[in-house]
Amino acid sequence: MLARVLGVMGMVSTGFLLFILITSSPFERLLPGVPQDGADLNPLLQDVGLIFHPPMLYMGYVGFSVAFAFAIAALLGGRLDAAWTRWVRPWTNIAWAFLTMGIALGSWWAYYELGWGGWWFWDPVENASFLPWLTGTALIHSLAVTEKRGTFKSWTALLAIFTFSLSLLGTFLVRSGVLTSVHAFANDPSRGIFILALLGFTVGASLLIFALRAPRMSGNVGFGWLSRDALLLINNILLVVMTVTVLLGTVYPLILDALGLGKISVGPPYFNTLFVPLTVLLCAFMGLGPVARWKQMAGRELMRRLLWSGIAALIMAAAVPFIYGGEWNAAVALGLVMALWVVLALMRDLFDKTRHASSPLAGLRKLSLAHWGMVVGHLGMAITIVGVAMVSNYAIERNVRLAVGERVEIGGYSFTMTDLSERRGPNFLADTATLEVARDGQHVTTLRPEKRLYIARGQPMTDVALRPGLLQDIYVALGEDLGDGAWAMRIQIKPFVRWLWLGALLMATGGLLAVADRRYRRQRSVAADSTLLREVHT
Amino acid sequence: MKRRLLLLFPLLVFLGLGFFLYRGLAMDPSARDSALLAQQFPAFTLSTLEDPDARVDESLLLEQVTLVNVWAEWCPTCKEEMPQLLTLAERGVRLVGINYKDTRVKGREFLDEFGDPFEVNIFDPDGDLGFELGVYGVPETFLVDAEGIIRYKHTGYITPEDVERVVQEVGKWR
Amino acid sequence: MALMTRAGLLLLLLITSVPVLADSAIEVRDFERPVMAERYRDLTASLRCPKCDAQAIDSSDSPVAADMRERVADLLREGRSDKEILDYMVARFGEFVLYNPRLDERTWLLWGLPFVLVMIGGFIVAVFVRKRKHAQVRALSAEEREYLNALFNREGSE
Repeated sequence: MLARVLGVMGMVSTGFLLFILITSSPFERLLPGVPQDGADLNPLLQDVGLIFHPPMLYMGYVGFSVAFAFAIAALLGGRLDAAWTRWVRPWTNIAWAFLTMGIALGSWWAYYELGWGGWWFWDPVENASFLPWLTGTALIHSLAVTEKRGTFKSWTALLAIFTFSLSLLGTFLVRSGVLTSVHAFANDPSRGIFILALLGFTVGASLLIFALRAPRMSGNVGFGWLSRDALLLINNILLVVMTVTVLLGTVYPLILDALGLGKISVGPPYFNTLFVPLTVLLCAFMGLGPVARWKQMAGRELMRRLLWSGIAALIMAAAVPFIYGGEWNAAVALGLVMALWVVLALMRDLFDKTRHASSPLAGLRKLSLAHWGMVVGHLGMAITIVGVAMVSNYAIERNVRLAVGERVEIGGYSFTMTDLSERRGPNFLADTATLEVARDGQHVTTLRPEKRLYIARGQPMTDVALRPGLLQDIYVALGEDLGDGAWAMRIQIKPFVRWLWLGALLMATGGLLAVADRRYRRQRSVAADSTLLREVHT
Repeated sequence: MKRRLLLLFPLLVFLGLGFFLYRGLAMDPSARDSALLAQQFPAFTLSTLEDPDARVDESLLLEQVTLVNVWAEWCPTCKEEMPQLLTLAERGVRLVGINYKDTRVKGREFLDEFGDPFEVNIFDPDGDLGFELGVYGVPETFLVDAEGIIRYKHTGYITPEDVERVVQEVGKWR
Repeated sequence: MALMTRAGLLLLLLITSVPVLADSAIEVRDFERPVMAERYRDLTASLRCPKCDAQAIDSSDSPVAADMRERVADLLREGRSDKEILDYMVARFGEFVLYNPRLDERTWLLWGLPFVLVMIGGFIVAVFVRKRKHAQVRALSAEEREYLNALFNREGSE
């Protein structure tokens, strides 16, 4: 088994090393055409967020190759059972956690660096990272079922193959130049053809192996409607539908074009329209999942345990938009219902689980780290959903014209421009505006947005000034000089925007917590082994 | 057996996708279709670059197959394109220019320096006619037939290799 | 020599084609009613800039995007509906500029497949659960048990 795993991974790295050597050899000499001062890095990328973002993402993409290698090895060995899933779970969780962080860092960077305060654009390159995240999330859940219950074996193997294949597909999409994206990479069709060949070989071969070797017999472990098994199956189906939706939207223009049916664009409105209902469905089942038992559960019991959580979520979510926004907003209420439902159901479950312990604290301590990982991860998801709902519907944006001494009122804050100056940075020249922000006459903060010109490339750039806050960000970007000492400025109030990334951080933490669980540690007592065996047997 | 076939399904989907991705490699993702193909050339009334008092309209493009080239002094590739346009004019193609978001002085200087293959230049300082034509980057070239219908569009500059193709297109609609 | 020029051109292309993410255009635009400003924001966010790689006209600073924003604002002030404004842009720049593709014979698959998949998914769950509801739990075979034992023992003793 181990030999096969290493063999598969070796083949994958051979493929990529060949790709580097053949299509973009690092050993080629650039002389004599080297620019004397260097070309300077694109100023947008001169940022710490962009130092951590790519390696995190790659840890995710590459990490999924382990799950992939295990799945292939298990298929080849004809042993597609619960054992390989136990081995592969920590690897998958780690890869997933890094991918989550990588995506979140990219989103955070785009938010403060690009100057228009967006945090997700459904750009092809973003989608390329989101695809393996979605199937990776599905994989984490289906691994749980396979390990605990021995069902969905072929499906889990297929998901492991999908997840890595989508990482590879992402590489192809961004490096071959078949799609246009705001992310510029060095790409050309000759690289494209190589990655496509690599993709075709890897994915084609593994899907062929899957088709030939996946067990013919479907499992025969029983479960009922209201079992965790069935709920996780629903989770998987929804995540796969989401994956197909993103993939479809990303490559559909390409397919139409290849068929000579003209050029169309598929953008944010399409994805948002489809993702809102899908996420709502997902969350509805996400609340039930942790509470439900494996195998079978009486509907009445589930109802009894969750009725109050559901009612409370509905009431609170309906009330919050009144209190917060003053103006009731259906989309916000819907988002909050979902988030609260997930959280309250989790709380209820924690309460039930610790009720019989000597003290609540002792009860909480008895829960396994894997369980805590799940709790924290789901909590993170709920927090991200709150962030998305709030910032998408309650954000305030105004473009204003301001000169020194002028004042503008936006979202309950007053912005007074007190100064305009020029300064010289290490590799740029900047115009800096100073804004005093006040609320009800009380000074809140001083913001200094800049318009910079990076000298080496002659590239202008907006340096956003923002005051981050747990409940809202104040976000100011400096635009153009409008003459007469007045400047165009974009002022935004972004409620709960931090929750997006906070939630992602929690999700990643959840993934890592689960990895730290006792049963994945190497030194395992005989007793633990026998419990494990019992689990597998039943 | 039925299940085996079901297990082959992911592979088939992937192969289908792979086929399109392969086709995609040969395509240019930045190429755009013109929305105006087979449409009447938009109506306009503008002066010419040469004469501020002159008035020309869409009837200018009737009765002859005409190549309409959108150009500007501030566009570097327009300079690269000029020799090809001169060749086309020599080969008997009727050329009309649209001087796009430019000033009269600069436009005339440009023609003095790089040559003037155009029968007449429509002066479009605000880019209104360009907008009607869906111009998003200069240079762009439209082929208009004798009925004033747009038949072909070339986005970006006409390279020496493109000249034959353009001549063929002109021949097709004569 | 020709090769040199070509290499030089290629290098130039490589250098110049990197900064596609130009910074956003910030324009001060006043509308009589807030509803109109809202519509302006939605429209400019759902129209794709034909010149850029993958940006809506609201965040692009290419000249054609600026022209299109101006035109959207003008048409809004003239009292045109959202659909008329989108049609206006499509007539000039093609379906390409719609980030929200219209439902027609080319795009029914795009819009329909997710819904179909949700339904198929529901069907799969139903079939699966019905089939599994009364299935008996099968104990591991002797061989499987032995294999598992061997695996865990090896892992544990490492």
